Amino acid sequence: MASDHHIIPLTTYLKVFAALIGLTFLTVITAKGMDLSPINGAVAFTIAATKAGLVMAIFMHLWYDAKSNSIIIFGSFAFVLLLFVFCVIDIYTRIPVESTL
Amino acid sequence: MSTGKLNKKDGEYAHHFKNAEHEYTSSKEGVWIFLTSEILMFGGLFVAYFIYSNMYPEVFAEGSKSADWRLGFLNTVVLLFSSLTMALGIYYCQMNDRKKAVLNLGITILCGAIFMIVKYFEYSHKIHLGKMPGMWFSGDTHGIENLPLYFSFYFMMTGLHGIHVVAGMCLVGWVMIRANRGEFGPKYYTPVEGVGLFWHLIDLIWIFLFPLLYLV
Repeated sequence: MASDHHIIPLTTYLKVFAALIGLTFLTVITAKGMDLSPINGAVAFTIAATKAGLVMAIFMHLWYDAKSNSIIIFGSFAFVLLLFVFCVIDIYTRIPVESTL
Repeated sequence: MSTGKLNKKDGEYAHHFKNAEHEYTSSKEGVWIFLTSEILMFGGLFVAYFIYSNMYPEVFAEGSKSADWRLGFLNTVVLLFSSLTMALGIYYCQMNDRKKAVLNLGITILCGAIFMIVKYFEYSHKIHLGKMPGMWFSGDTHGIENLPLYFSFYFMMTGLHGIHVVAGMCLVGWVMIRANRGEFGPKYYTPVEGVGLFWHLIDLIWIFLFPLLYLV
């Protein structure tokens, strides 16, 4: 029954929120306060991905949910990655040879 | 509204489902499938962003200077907080606490409104300086020929995201009204859960937009 759903305790929500705010500060500090020039983008993206993982696992209840929902959403990420990989392969093998850009 | 004659709050369910749990999980899976289409739509923009920012790093470095990271930071905190209150809105439906559920959903809408007001100030400032996308650009290029490219991405990505915030606010308003009527309880809160998933997705997208457009 619906009343048997896993109910995440209030303190867990508050801890996740605190972690998200902490990571937001971290992303600003690493981008504005430090010079990580070659890996700047990678650091910012990793922090963002960590935050996204927390939101999905706890706020969106994915951690406690049916596995099918995880498969569905990670499937969509896989297809975005596929789009990215094929675009990169296309652009970086073709453009130096016959650039029209 | 869509509950028809069924008293879902007390565990009744549409006849084509095995039980109320079956209806709940099916409805939720439907929302997740919808979210994949959202991710693919924004995914196209993100892929374009990564490729163009790799091709023209100076355009994106100069462009992001005109986006005030303090306003972006404020909006990030506002949206994260709204995600918390959205999750708490669902939590208090599960706890059968109508007042607190409605209050948290109300705060979620308020945060969405604050987000859009900050966006309005950011947009009007950029438009005032002529920092517009592509052919509409009339501002100072700072010697970088392709600078308008950044603003094409900025307005397209934050604009599409902003439309989602407004749609999300309307949806949260809809479940807030229904929650206030006492339509939800521990046995039935499916619409709140579904709208919550959509609201969190909006937050997820902003989590990536903030560093990409304001910081890098």
